[in-house]
This record gives sequence, structure tokens and C-alpha cells, in this order.
Amino acid sequence: MNSDKILKNILFIASLLILLISGAMVFSLVRGSMTSIHEFGWKFLFSSEWNPTKGEEEYGALLFIAGTLFTSVLALVIALPLAFSTSLFVAEYFRNTRMASIVSTLVDLLAGIPSIIYGLWGFYILRPFIVSIGLTPQGYGIFTSGLILAIMIVPYATSLSNTTIMMVSNELKEAAYSLGATRLEVIWNVILPNARSGITASYVLAFGRALGETLAVTMLIGNANIIPTGLFSTGNTMASVIANQFGEASGLQLSALIEIGLLLFVITTIINAVGKFIIKRFA
Amino acid sequence: MDKTNILLDKKRTEIIPDSFIGRNARNRLFLGVVIFFSVLTISMVFLIIGTMLFKGYHQINWAFFSQTPPNTFEAMMAKSSGNIIPGGIVNGILGSLYLVVIASLIAIPLGLLIGIYLYENSSKKYAGVIRDITDILQGVPSIVIGLIVYLWVVVNVTKGYSVLAGSVALALMMLPLIIRSTEESLKMIPDTLKEAAIALGTPYYKVILRVLIPTSFTGLMTGILLAISRILGETAPLMLTTLGNPAINWNITKPVGAVPLLIWQFYNDPNMVDLIWSSSLFLMGFVLILNLLSKWIGARRRI
Repeated sequence: MNSDKILKNILFIASLLILLISGAMVFSLVRGSMTSIHEFGWKFLFSSEWNPTKGEEEYGALLFIAGTLFTSVLALVIALPLAFSTSLFVAEYFRNTRMASIVSTLVDLLAGIPSIIYGLWGFYILRPFIVSIGLTPQGYGIFTSGLILAIMIVPYATSLSNTTIMMVSNELKEAAYSLGATRLEVIWNVILPNARSGITASYVLAFGRALGETLAVTMLIGNANIIPTGLFSTGNTMASVIANQFGEASGLQLSALIEIGLLLFVITTIINAVGKFIIKRFA
Repeated sequence: MDKTNILLDKKRTEIIPDSFIGRNARNRLFLGVVIFFSVLTISMVFLIIGTMLFKGYHQINWAFFSQTPPNTFEAMMAKSSGNIIPGGIVNGILGSLYLVVIASLIAIPLGLLIGIYLYENSSKKYAGVIRDITDILQGVPSIVIGLIVYLWVVVNVTKGYSVLAGSVALALMMLPLIIRSTEESLKMIPDTLKEAAIALGTPYYKVILRVLIPTSFTGLMTGILLAISRILGETAPLMLTTLGNPAINWNITKPVGAVPLLIWQFYNDPNMVDLIWSSSLFLMGFVLILNLLSKWIGARRRI
């Protein structure tokens, strides 16, 4: 066998490893949650009972699923104007200027700040602020977590949007300008329809990020095992409950936590797949 | 003459429709809104970094980099007498470096190989599948990675929290980033360069080592640095795999401290709160420098 063939085989085996790794990930999650799946079956998805007291253990994931979706949707809604404005700033209004490159570097830095630091900042700065303007008595809850998550996902929402907005062809824009359109009209009638799929995909991917964020949310949501009743209600998320209870968990509780991890894995994978699908379909 | 002028003027005003004033106003208003929200977004960077600097700088001293953290009692005594908290986070700094080095040793070679495979076979359907799986892997929440590595390494291999487990978790998070950045930077190499080497009868491994990797070196470096900066601040997966260690440890099968883990620990101990900010300042400074460095290298690349 010559060296080229050996190399080809090595590269191929390396690529097989990634298949193996992802297969093993799913396998381990499923095997780890078997105890819980046998015990609760489908009820796990629809029950919001979470009682780790030995002897009367009862686990259901509904309240965590609700908390996760609630915070992430709120985060996306708050992040939307921020991300969209930043994209237009960088990719349209101040395109190729020094200002734009500074702004995009700063937004990239937002992606570099670790989750735990967002959590600390939210806990020590944002939470007291929310208390002081009288939104909630303690400052914990869906709203505070959603705000912090929104800042965290802005860079993920902008990066792909920027590229697609920049890719809209100049001829189209110039045609609109020559008909007397204002810049705003060009943005709404030319740029948005042409860049729609890329922008949508980037928000979907950002939403996927928000679903899995752990510590920043854990520090701010209040960790109350209830289904959130409103914007300022406390709650708990799937990632938070794993982080909070993993240390002391064993047996059935551990298995239930792993099943929550499996659910989180499935949900984020679906969301990411949808995002990729939109990109591929319309690219 | 006069008459026609008046007529023309009249026509001129008619050319500009009334609605234009409204459209123009809306146009300007929208620009204002865009600038407002953009400034709001980037001001968050300054707010967060400013908070760290303002609250953390006075704890940064030599001891901070050379000593292990104090126990709760020492911290309480120092606080009640108005001093700064003694001790530092050297166990966390060394631990973080240890974890990152082992994770890099696992993820970088494997990531490069898979990236090269994708580049070589980019049009194959199988490569498309690998690419999709890589993207999915990148989207897996870090806490779930922690759970999985707990099941793999902590339970089965080291029978307890360990450096190895933490490194595997971090490596799994680095891997997709490195694979994609490798493929992207190899794609930028002109085909002629590779063809020239092959035409000379160079064995393919030499083409990779002598042509592909050197010419895309800056791109590869950017990807690696960015991946390291992403995992350096990861806390959640480490909580499930390395746990933390108040002392310095070099044994790969034993728990180790890490800066983000220490921040979490300080956060949960009311007496240690002052150490949070300096540790965060250090962590963020490190992460941001790596981030900017990778951007700078990326911007300097020539091909």
C-alpha cells in the first residue's frame, strides 16, 4: 500500500470517528435515561411534578420545558430589534466603514464573554436594577433571564444576517433608488425580501443557542419548580435543573435528569436542523 | 417670460409630492432607531467589561496569581477587618491551562484530519452527512456534553471526577469549530498551488504537510484560537466532569480546579464574593485577548 492510500484511509477513519462519537452520544443519553423512561413513560413529558424526596419520587419535565421555551422565546423577541439594527448598521448603513468594523468586533466580543460572567453581571447589576424600578420584588424570573439571554444571542443572530444582507445585489438596490425609493423603502422592499431566508435562519440558530444556555439562566431565573405564569414569574429551565441538581442526584433522579438532557438534545437538534434546512433550501 | 417662470415653479412644487416629506421623515427616523439599538447593543460590552474592571481591579495582585484560594473563615476575617481577601486562584489558572492543553491535544489533530477529509471529498454525499453531523454537534448545549462525558469518562474510565473527563468535554466542544474552520481555510487555497505540487509527483501526505497546512496556517490558527477562547470560559460541562479542586493537581485521573469553576464556587460563598470580580476580570481578559488575537491574525492573512 502506498502512502497516498494510507493517508486516505487515515482521513476516512477520522471522519468515521465523528459518526461514532455522535452515535455514542445519543446511545449514552438514551441508555442513561432508561430507568426514568421505564418508570414514567410518556407521562414524563406532560407532568410538571418534580419531587426528589426518597420514597415518593415523581419526575416530570413539563415545567422545565415550559421554562426553557418561555425564556428563549422572550430572549429572541428582545434580541430581534437589537440584532436587526446592528446588522443594518454593519451591513447596510455604514457598510465597509471603520465604524462598522468596530461595531462588528464589539458584537463578536459579546459572543466571547463566558456565560458565567453574563450570569454574574445579571445577578449583581441587572437584578438590583430591575428591583429598583419595581418590576419584581426579588428581581429573579423569566424577564431577567430573557434579558440576559437576549444580549448573549445577539452575536449569533447577527453574524449570518450580516453576510446575507451584504450579499443582496447592488443592481437591485440601485434600481429601487433610481425609482425614487428612500433608504428605508429599499431596506423593506429590496433587502428584506432578498435576505429573508438568511435572516430567518440566523434567528432560528440564535434561538437554538438560547435553549441550551445554562449558568446565566440558572443564576437569574429563581429556580422555582413551577410553570411560569407570566413575564415576571419565576421558573426553571431544563439546563438549569441539570446544573442545580446533578451534584446530589443518584438513581432515579439522575436518570430523570439525563432524560431531561436527552430532551434538550433532541429539541436543540431539531431547531438547528430547521435553521440549516432554511439556509440550504434558499441559499 | 415671467409667466412661464411662475408656471415652472408651480410645476416644480407639484413634482415633489406631499407624501415625500412623510417618507423622508420616516427614513430618518428609522436610521435613528437603527443607530439607537446598535449603540445599545455595543454599550453592553462596555457595561459588562467596565463592571469587571471597576469591581475587580483592587483584588489583582501578585498573590492572586501565585496562591490558592483562602478558606471561608480566612476570607470572612479579612473582610470583617476591611482588608482585601488573601490568596488567589493559581489552582484555577493552572487547572484551566491543563484542561485546555489536553483538550487541544485531542481536538486539534482529529479536527484537522476531519477538516482535510471534508476538503478532499467535498462533493461526496457522505461528506455532506459528516458536515451536517458536525453542525449538529456544534449546536449541542454544553451542559448536555457535560452529562454525556460524565456517563462516558467519569463513570466508566476514571471512576470519579477528573482532568481527563473535563478535557474530553472541552475537546468535544472544540472539535466542530476546528473541523469547520479547517475546511473553510483550506478551501481558500488556490487549486493551482496544490496541482503544482501533485504534478511534481509529491506524495499526498507531503502535499498536506508542505503546501496545504503552511499556506492556510493563519486560517487554521484563527480557528484554533477562537475554539480555545470559546471553551476557556465554559463552566457547566466542567461542573459535571472535573468538579473543582482547592489545591493544585497534576494527576489526570483526579479533579482539578478551573477559573470558571472557582467563580461559581465564590459566587455560592457569601464571604468570597470579592474574589468573583477579579477572577472574572482575569478570565474575561484572557478570553478577549485570545479572541482579538485570532481576529488580528485572520485579518492579516494574505491568501
